[in-house]
This record gives sequence, structure tokens and C-alpha cells, in this order.
Amino acid sequence: MNLPAADFDQNLSRRRRSGRIWRLIFQVSTIVGIVVLTALLYNILNQSFGLAAVEYAMPPESLAVDGVPLEELSGEALQVILRANASAGLVRALESEKPLAERSRDELYELVMDRVAEPQVVKTWSLVDSLLHRRDLEREAAEKYPAARLQSFSWINRSFIERPQAADPLRAGVRTALLGSLWTVGITVLFAFPVGVGAAIYLEEYAGDSRLNRLIQTNINNLAGVPSIIYGMLGLAIFVRALEPFTSGALLGYVEDPTQANGRTILSAGLTLGLLVLPLIIINAQEAIRAVPHSLRRASYGLGATRWQTVWSHVLPNAIPGILTGTILAISRAIGETAPLVVVGASTYITFDPDGPFSKFTALPIQIYQWTARPQAEFRNLAAAAILVLLALLLTMNVSAILLRNRYRRQY
Amino acid sequence: MADPERQSMTEDLVEPSGRIVSLPQIARPEPRMNAEQLETRTPLSSGQAENVLTVKGLRVYYGDFLAIRDVQLNVQSRKITAIIGPSGCGKSTLLRAFNRMNELVPTARTEGEVIFWGEDIYAPEVDPVEVRRRVGMVFQKPNPFPKSIYENIAWGAKVNGFRGDMDGLVENTLRRAALWEEVNDKLDQSGLSLSGGQQQRLCIARAIAVKPDVILMDEPCSALDPVATFRIEELMRELSTEYTIVIVTHNMQQAARVSDFTAMMMLGEQRAGEMIEFDETNTIFTRPKEKRTEDYVTGRFG
Amino acid sequence: MAVVAAPPSAARLALRRRPRVREAFIQGFLFLCGALSILTTVGIVYELGKESLAFFTTQLWENSNKPLAQELTPDDTVMRVGPEGGALQPEDLIQVHDEIMQVVSIDGSSLAIERGLQGTVPQTHAAGIQILRSNRVTLKEFFTHTKWSPQIGDFGILPLVNATLMTSLIAMLVALPLGLGVAIYLSEYASARARSILKPILEVLAGVPTVVYGYFALTFMTPILRSLFGRDVVEIYNTGSAGIVIGILILPLVSSMSEDALNAVPRSLREGAYALGGTRLETAIKVVVPAAFSGIAAACIVAISRAFGETMVVAIAAGAGPALTFNPFRGAETMTGHIVRISGGDLSYDSIDYNSIFAIGLLLFLITLGLNIVSQRVVRRFREVYE
Repeated sequence: MNLPAADFDQNLSRRRRSGRIWRLIFQVSTIVGIVVLTALLYNILNQSFGLAAVEYAMPPESLAVDGVPLEELSGEALQVILRANASAGLVRALESEKPLAERSRDELYELVMDRVAEPQVVKTWSLVDSLLHRRDLEREAAEKYPAARLQSFSWINRSFIERPQAADPLRAGVRTALLGSLWTVGITVLFAFPVGVGAAIYLEEYAGDSRLNRLIQTNINNLAGVPSIIYGMLGLAIFVRALEPFTSGALLGYVEDPTQANGRTILSAGLTLGLLVLPLIIINAQEAIRAVPHSLRRASYGLGATRWQTVWSHVLPNAIPGILTGTILAISRAIGETAPLVVVGASTYITFDPDGPFSKFTALPIQIYQWTARPQAEFRNLAAAAILVLLALLLTMNVSAILLRNRYRRQY
Repeated sequence: MADPERQSMTEDLVEPSGRIVSLPQIARPEPRMNAEQLETRTPLSSGQAENVLTVKGLRVYYGDFLAIRDVQLNVQSRKITAIIGPSGCGKSTLLRAFNRMNELVPTARTEGEVIFWGEDIYAPEVDPVEVRRRVGMVFQKPNPFPKSIYENIAWGAKVNGFRGDMDGLVENTLRRAALWEEVNDKLDQSGLSLSGGQQQRLCIARAIAVKPDVILMDEPCSALDPVATFRIEELMRELSTEYTIVIVTHNMQQAARVSDFTAMMMLGEQRAGEMIEFDETNTIFTRPKEKRTEDYVTGRFG
Repeated sequence: MAVVAAPPSAARLALRRRPRVREAFIQGFLFLCGALSILTTVGIVYELGKESLAFFTTQLWENSNKPLAQELTPDDTVMRVGPEGGALQPEDLIQVHDEIMQVVSIDGSSLAIERGLQGTVPQTHAAGIQILRSNRVTLKEFFTHTKWSPQIGDFGILPLVNATLMTSLIAMLVALPLGLGVAIYLSEYASARARSILKPILEVLAGVPTVVYGYFALTFMTPILRSLFGRDVVEIYNTGSAGIVIGILILPLVSSMSEDALNAVPRSLREGAYALGGTRLETAIKVVVPAAFSGIAAACIVAISRAFGETMVVAIAAGAGPALTFNPFRGAETMTGHIVRISGGDLSYDSIDYNSIFAIGLLLFLITLGLNIVSQRVVRRFREVYE
């Protein structure tokens, strides 16, 4: 048998070599993803911790009483220091807000540190710099900022989360922003979850193959691809402007002076984000409902159940894990959205906690955006710390989504 | 519970005239009726059989495709009627026409009449949901709900407005489905934890919990092993004293063992299913009128 | 044998169709939920369209710097003008003091005019008053002028569109090869273990909020670019680093959609190629990728659409202020960045600034909608060829 091997210039070694090269290229491409993620985390962590050169108006050591350092002083001793060193007007203001005697020891310590010792950050260094080049840093600090002392700083700490926003980077916290985000997302879920699941049930269980229903389906698919800023503009035009009496609370009597009614409230923001995530919830819920086997529906109908009874008792319970996972993903998306909130009118500077759906608001991503846009270096650090809070929030949500999915899967 | 007659299932019986009756008949046990049933039923004079279902000129379309053409048959009360035929000839479609389950397919369309106790179930003023309660169904692959055994049975009764003693109903139906002994200590376990045969009996119990008049069975044993099959067939004979049963099967021997009447279906023109013969089971299997029937039951075709 | 049966009369009543009110209500409610999505689209189109219409019909009064040469009484239908200032054309709408007039014809320095338009009353006007000319934003100006400065009435969108195109192009240059490479690796080469590590990483990348990417672009990418190319070459705000980071942002999108497309290619196709003696690379590149072409093309189009609509990364890192430049190392504001900047400030309803951002928004919406529809068509049309 004559195999015309000569006709085939197989050149196997060259083909194998190019195969190896390209395989390497593809592997490198995937490595890039890992590299980027690491770079992202590194960058943020780097900016969240490090050394800071802090200058004190009155060094804490000078406030020690009888050799007892400031941190260990009792409440009464701290009160004494406060009255002795702070201005009379300040003490009066503090008293009228809440009498010093009623404040906890920790509160008094904070006050003394803030108002008497008055630390001021003059320079910060990133974590890597602080760890690797410590001696150079110390020299630089000694030269340029002799009055300052180096402190290990963690921009993210408990008071960061508890403090509202402030102009001074050292006193600023994400409390208002965090609460605003939670309130807004709460309204988003309240609105988008029932409507989204309802629409999905309609499309999968009730809708025939009519033109209208196909139109609804394509429409939803298209809406999922609309840029988020367009939703912001829609929210601005409709919720903030056209529906102002409703969203500002004037209709329900929340606003004393109707002419001051402003539609830039948490309600508007929540509804806007609700419209944004609605297509996502619908598409996800549709897939979950579709995955329920038909034999289950047939068994139910065969017993003489109506369509809604079948859906409520059989289809939904089996589709819930998928629906919930999809909803949590949608919430994660909503928490991270910035552009629509800016357009709808998140406040640029508020320091009070939101007290209901009709109050003005800010949100965590907005806070990050604003701090990033400031030129001072300390605000970069603050932004990094806020990002850590945001990422922690998202991580909790996603982990709970996975846990929920596993828990429901184990049942039956 | 061994009945000597049941043991002769596979033995041929030879009559004195020499004619072979190759039909072992499982003896029908005495009708078991409790006080509840005696209340709700009024006896007719003996010997007068009632037709629960009368089918006239039934045609079922899927879109433009005609699946079954001009079916005529009568289903007698408290009897077992079998529908047999080669695969794809429309047996299941015919069965599903009896409880309007075909309508779950969007393109399905039905013409003709299916008269249930004198009323056409396809009349416009008739509610298909109610039809399905009165005409129950057991499917080929057992499909218990992913709920507890108790809930499987209770759910159907609940949605249909049952307000009596639920525990009693559950026990009752499980006893009638010959499943009580095996599951009475694990009623809260998932229905899916049972074996295949048990699951199918659970589905039967679930069906009878809503007190139907007719039970439709679509190849109920094809997914089960022979032992489970045997138990289901026993169960069918017991149930037929109280319910009318219509069974689709591709297993001729099963039809011969179990049914009183048999309908033979086959693919006709343009691949539409037709009923070519309908008679007592005895006749179909020993003295069929149609040649095609004879070819099929003797295995010459099929 | 006694055969008992249920009485027929009970059956007749029981089968009647009961009015299931609750079912009807529930079905109605569910339908409304589904229809809300249509309302959303209608709302978007209506609002964007309404404000854009207002944008294109608002009259901007520009000072033409041309003075009245002679006093004008309420009865005059001819007006004499000085030689200075911009030329006036027939059909121009002009305003002198409170009165609005229209130029009918021009004869040297005499203009025949129609008086008292738009509800204004003809009045006496002293000589020397400068004539204001109406300048509506025309579609032509919108699409072809190269300056966007609302304060002086320039509304040419080209700088914004150009910046959007630049960032998106850079993003695609990053995301397309990398995303495709990842997709090919995951679907043709990777072991199950590698896949189980890589896919979650990609999902995490996809879940990072865009504002975090913006921060990353400003604080990480820009310094790298500046140290690579020199601090005087690369500005602090530049479209290059924004584009690269947007590319990273959309990379998971490209890779997951492409991977789906590659996985959908039937095994039989691959086996045929192997059986002919093809190497893994040749099979992947010459057989599988072309077979998945429609899905990969759709992935690209969706990714471009996403890059067009990306807002926060460019708002933070690409610069504030429209600039028509092809240099990626300089800052330039994109369409989305402009909208965010303007709406984040003081914005009064019904001003031309307010309307202008809706006009930009309408353009953006139409572009992304068009791209999404095209991607769906691509999938549908090319699918028949290979499967």
C-alpha cells in the first residue's frame, strides 16, 4: 500500500511549536485578569493604611495628669481637661447639645482628642512606602515637619464607619453615605423585586405567543443594555421633576412649605435604581422559572389546580433559589451604581443621617467619587477606605447569595 | 394476601371445547365500600352499565397537524378500559383529551365531543380546572411533588376546598393505594425519597384524594420494574370497584391481564391516529374483527 | 353485579365555569408588571425626546453687534443698519429691545422687516441699539461643529463624541484580544481546576463597581503611564488610562460571552478536526472560533455598547472639559462624563444646559440601542451558516 506521505508536508514540529507559543499567549491573557485584580486590591489596601505625620496643637502627653496618660484618665478628669482647655463658647455649645456629665468616657476622650489635642495630618505615606522605606520617611518627616510625629494609621477603623461626613479628612466618616446607600437599596428592592418576579411569572406562565408579549420580551432584553446614566436621566425627569409632589413627600404632608419641596430624595433614587435593575431581575427570574420541570406543573394541573395555585405552590417554591440569587446580584449592582445617583441629585455635602424615604441623601459610591475628585492626598486615603467598606458590603451580599443557593438546594 | 387465581397469571386456560383462552383474568375482589361512599352513591338497578365517558368524533390538532382522527368510544363506569397500539399512534393524546390536558400545549385544538356524565367537557361554559378534578391522571414517570408525603396528598385536596379531616383523608387514600403500611411512620419525609413503585402509588393516592370519578393512567408502569408493575396492576383492579380507570399501555399482556375493555389505535392516513377497534378485552385478544388488530396482538406487527 | 354510579345531575352543575375572580385579578396584576417595562422604554424615549426637542427649538439670542443706524418707529417696515457686526440674512429672526422681528429681504443697508412677531408689540427703537439675532441649534451644528461651550452658545458635539470613541477604541484594543484569549484558553485548554479558579476571578472583576475602577485609573494607571512615557507627555487627566481601565472593566463581558459561544460549538466539530490530524491550536483557531463567530461578534458589539455608556471611569480619570484631540495622553470629556458633570452641579430646569444634556443622552441612547439590536441580529443571522 502506497501512502502518499510525500504530498503532506506535515511539518509537525513547527505546528507544535506555534501551538505552544499560542498556548502561552492565551495563558498570559488569563494571567492578566489575575494581575489586574491583584493590582486593584494592592492599590486600595496600599492607600488605606500607612504612616502619617501628625501635628498636634497640644500634644496628648502634655495633658497627662499626675503621670496618668490621657487614654487612661477617668471621665471626670477628662471633663476637667476639657473645661480647662477648650474655649468657653465651645463648652457651652457642647453642654447644650448634651451635658458633659452624661457623656460616656469614650465620648469625652474623643472630644478631648478632637478639640484640645487637635491632631492635623500634614503628610501621609502609602502602606508599601511605610513598610519598605521607613527610615527615609522618618528622615523626611524630621526635616520637613519637625513638629509632627509619625503614627501608624489605618484610615479604615470603627470610627470611620460611625462618623458622618466632615470637611476635615481626619474627622470624616462614611456613616451618612452608608446609611444612604442602605436606605436607597432598600427602596430599590421593595419596588423591583415584586414587580420583577411578577413580570417574569407573567412572561413564563401566562403569556401566550402574541406580538405584544414578544415585544415585551425584546424590550426587556434591550433595557438591560441601556447605559445606567440614561436611567439616571429618566429618574431625574420623572421622579424628581414630574412626580415631585409624591417623591418629596409633600403629598403625604411631610414637607411644611410646599414651595420648598424637592424631589431629590431617597425615594427618587431608590425608584430610579429600581428601574435600572428591573430587567436584570426579570431575566434572572425567567431563567429560574424555566428550569422548573414541566412534569411538576402537569402533576399539579392534573389534580384540578388553577394556574395561580400551580405557580404559587409548585413553580415558585422551586424557582426561589435562582430568583433570590439573581436578586442579590441585582442589589450588588445597584449598590455600586454612581452615575444615575449623581444625575438624580445626590447631595454633595450632608452630615445628618437619613430619616426616611423623603430625606436628602448621599450614597457610598458618591462619597467615593467626591473624595477621589479632591486634590489633597488625604482624601485619596479616605476614598480607599470607603472603597474597602463598599467591597466588604458587596462581599457579604455575594457570599450570602451563595449560601442561600446552597441551603435551598439541599432541601428536597 | 395470595389469591390462588392470581398465581395462574401466566397459565393458559383450556376450555372443554378446545378453545384456548389465553387470557388469565385476575379475579375482581368484592367491592369495598365504606360508609362514606355508600352515602354519596345511589345504586342503579343491577345489570345496567352506565357510560361515564362517551367520545364522539374526537379530533385533536397540534397546529395544522391532525394527531387523532374521529375517535368513537364509550367508557363504562367502574370498568378498566385499555388503549393500546404502536408507539406514536396518539394514545396519550387521546387520553389527555379526556381531561383537557392537551390544552397545556399552546397549539393544541380539539374538535368533537367528550361527554362526561351527559355533559360535553369541551363546552364553552365548562371550567377545565373542575374537569381535571373529576377526571384524574397518573403519569408515565412518577412525579410526586418535592414536598412531604403528607403534603403531596393534602395539597390537591386543599386547593379544591377540602375542609374535613385531613389526617383521615391522607390515611384513607394511602390505605386505598396500598401504601399506608410502608409509609405511615414517615409521612413527613419527602415524597422523592420513596422507590419508583412507591412514588407511583403515591401519585395514585394523590389522584384519588380529590375524589375523581375517572382515573386516567398514561403508561403508569413503563418506568417500573416487574414487581412494582405487578403491585400497581393489583391496585388497579382494587380501585376499579370504586373508580373508572382508563389506561394507556404499550404492553399488550398488561392490557390483557388488567382491562375489561380495549381500544386499539393505529396510525392512519397522513399519520393521524385512528381507533380501529373497540370491544371487550376478551374479544379483542381472541376473536378480533379487524385484521390489523389481529396482526398487532399476535405480534406479527409491531 | 350491582353497578353504582354518581347521579348525573350533580355532574352537570359542578362542571360549570366558576368565575375565578382572584385568578383574573392576579393575572391582571402580573400583566401590569410585565407592561411596566414598556412604560420604562416609553418614558425614556419621551423624556429624552421632549427635552431634545426643546433643545433644538430654544432660541438663543446672540448679539450680532450690528447697530440700528436710524431710529425706528412702530410703523416702519424698513430698517437701516450700520456696517459693523455680523451679517444678517433673510428669514433671520432678530430682536431689538423687547420686540421680535423677522428679516424679509435685504437691500444694501436697508432691511425690509416684519414687525411684532411672537406676541411682541411694535415699539420705537432709538438708533445705535445693537440687534440681537436668534441662533437656534441646528442639527447640522450639533453634529458637525467642533466646539461645545454652552456659555457662548457653541453646541457642536464632535469633541464629546470623539472622546467617547477614543476611550472605547482603546478599551476594545485591550479587551478584545485579552478577552478572546481568555475565552479560548478556558474553553479549549484549561483543566477543570484551572477553570474553577479563573471563572470566579473573572466574576469578581465583573462585579467591581465602576467608581472603584475610576479610582484605580486615577491613582494607579495614570501614574504608571506617567512614569512610562514621561510626566510632561501624559497629563494627569487623560483618555488613555481611562480607556485602558474601561478595557479591563469590559474584559469579563467579552470573555464570558465569547466562552459561551465557543462552548456552544458542538463537540462533533472539534472531533472531526482532531480526527483529520489537526493540533489543538489549529482546531481552536481555524475551526472552533470561526464556528462561534456570530457569538463572538455579538460579544464585541455588546462590549462596545457598554464602553460607550461607561460613565464613572471617564468622569474621574479622563478629564473635565470638552476637547477635540486625538492624543490619548491628554484629557478630554466624553458624552457621559459631560452629562455627569453638568447634572452634578447647579442645574435649573428648562435652561438650555438642562436640555442639552438630554440631547446628548438621546444620542447615546440611540447609539447603544442600535448596537444592541445589531448584536441580536448578528447572532440570529450568522447562526444558520455554521450549525
